[in-house]
Amino acid sequence: MTHVLKIENLQVAVEGKPILRGVDLEIKHGETHALMGPNGSGKSTLGQAIMGHPKYEVTGGTITLDGEDLLEMEPDERARAGMFMAFQRPVAIPGVKMADFLRHSTTNVRNPERKEGEDLIPMKDFRRELKDKMQQLQMDMEFARRYVNDGFSGGEMKRAEILQLAMLQPKFAILDETDSGLDADAVRLASESIADIGREKMGLLIITHHDKLLVHNPPEFTHVMLGGRLVETGGSELAEELHANGYERIRAAYPEAEAENLAMAGE
Amino acid sequence: MTQLGFDTEGFQSFLSTRQEPEWVTAQRNDAWSQFNDQPWPTRRDEEWMRTDIRLFKLDKFSMPSSDQVDGLDQISPLLSAGVDLGGSVHSHNGVCVAESFVDDLKQQGVVFGSLDSLVTEHSDLLDSTLLQAAFDREDRFAALHASCWTGGQFLFVPRGVHVEQPFHVLSSLSDGGVDLGHTIVVLEDGASATLLAETASSTEEAEGLHCGAIELIVGDRANLRYVNLQNWGQRVWHFARQKAVVGRDAHLQWTSAAMGSRLSKVNQHVVLNGEGAQSQMNGVLFTENKQHLSYHTQQYHKKANCYSDFLYKAALQDKSHTVWRGMIKVDEEAQQTDGYQRNDNLLLSNSSRADSIPGLEIEADDVRCTHGSTTGKVDEEMIYYAQCRGFTRKEAMRLIVTGFFQQIFDRITIDSVRDALGLAIARRVRDYE
Repeated sequence: MTHVLKIENLQVAVEGKPILRGVDLEIKHGETHALMGPNGSGKSTLGQAIMGHPKYEVTGGTITLDGEDLLEMEPDERARAGMFMAFQRPVAIPGVKMADFLRHSTTNVRNPERKEGEDLIPMKDFRRELKDKMQQLQMDMEFARRYVNDGFSGGEMKRAEILQLAMLQPKFAILDETDSGLDADAVRLASESIADIGREKMGLLIITHHDKLLVHNPPEFTHVMLGGRLVETGGSELAEELHANGYERIRAAYPEAEAENLAMAGE
Repeated sequence: MTQLGFDTEGFQSFLSTRQEPEWVTAQRNDAWSQFNDQPWPTRRDEEWMRTDIRLFKLDKFSMPSSDQVDGLDQISPLLSAGVDLGGSVHSHNGVCVAESFVDDLKQQGVVFGSLDSLVTEHSDLLDSTLLQAAFDREDRFAALHASCWTGGQFLFVPRGVHVEQPFHVLSSLSDGGVDLGHTIVVLEDGASATLLAETASSTEEAEGLHCGAIELIVGDRANLRYVNLQNWGQRVWHFARQKAVVGRDAHLQWTSAAMGSRLSKVNQHVVLNGEGAQSQMNGVLFTENKQHLSYHTQQYHKKANCYSDFLYKAALQDKSHTVWRGMIKVDEEAQQTDGYQRNDNLLLSNSSRADSIPGLEIEADDVRCTHGSTTGKVDEEMIYYAQCRGFTRKEAMRLIVTGFFQQIFDRITIDSVRDALGLAIARRVRDYE
């Protein structure tokens, strides 16, 4: 069975203000989709709504994973069902070591039926796997002993997110601006890592307003968001065009969405 | 045996049951008259303005007696699991019920056991220390303790002797029990020791009273690690005076964890009494229901070139309330003082409250003193992030609360203590909406 993430007519509000105004998107396992658009168009909101952030209120529409209603699930249930998001700005959890966090997290995601207090995956197996993955990502093992995102540089945070992606092996992953704040080398490394993890093994939604990550991970589909709607969908050539020329053509072609975008950005 | 009240008749009968050196009896009589001359503190007293003891009635309790051994089988220690001990003392309702002491240490001149018997046997070691330099008879609770203490423990380590095996002290209460235990530790110059002390109640519902004191006398170049886990049931009144006097180039690491009691009022003082003395005070408080825990701490720099470090962290559930009032006091001659003081509070419910009042009182001009305090709720973004990685909300909470205390765990060098505290904390974290 091919896994399918299906979003239909999704409307989302934050503190009562509408942000997404009817988004339709279908991602099949093995596909890479790029989501582009100017700042404030609602790209990150889509990611947060898919994961279930409590501040993002779904006011209409559906999100399903293989026909299961994601909106009925808590964020942790979504993670266990196979959803993942690499955060644009992950929070720090002081006092919690990366390795301990990941061991618990990997255990829960791999054994969705696990009850609280049941055994974690064996330390030895976990360590071996973590070490492999960290070597692949050219990360020092010392990293695993640091507290989650605590005092991490921008680049370290993004690599830590990709490490988690590699460990959790989700069905669908949203990468929210994973390339922002990284220099060219770091982006290349991140892109290679994603390629190593295996794009074919998951459905990818890459949120970006640059195309750096996309050069290494050419999308089959490119979607453009403006004013909380997907106004255009194309292939990888659309991503290239937007990268080369910016959003002027899009803004001009969809005045209504542009007006909403301006209104949202103005707030 | 009839129950003796805390009145003159009761006190006289109590004295007649004790065969103690004269100086002890004199001390008791002196404290008893002070007890009678003083009123109970009220909220008009500055130290008590946040701590309401109007519901505390001493006459509901009576003097400890040796026939109150009920509930003994329900007591189990947390800190001593898997530890090779140098000795242990268990007192129940203020009376020593079990003690052990490794022979080899006795040969080296170490003294350890119940203070009840050692105060007579080692009168010479105690007559110049007990209830003196490391005790302040400031209020009525202190006077009550000084006049009526029973049970207790005494640890003495002679000059230059290093004791590797920790000592263990367990004080427990059953319903209606009273513990007026006194702990006194004397390390002579260059000695070192570790003491693990803990308290427990037979049941969570057992009412009780603890009015105790700890005296730690750390000689020059001596090294003491003291761990204190206050784990009374939630219907126990806890009043305690705890004071350490640290000598030249000596080192004290004092870790306190407080989870229990209905109401606690603790005065914890460290006096850096010789040049180069160092102290580290670590605290973990985890409260729930309507518990009220009040800590008044002081790092008193009397001599030059001393270092004191203080870090207390509290997590509060339900309608619980903590008070921390800290003071770094630096005498005029205590130049090159390095003092540090920090208190962080994590509010796990909307109705919990943490009062955090750091303070400095500095008379020397060449010092470095820093202090800080934070009070806040659990960051919902942290919970969401952990949930996105497959943690349930409750697991995320437990993770975050444990992480909050980690900075203190990182300082604890005794595995059994770290494990016991970690477990006790994880158990206590509940579901929150």
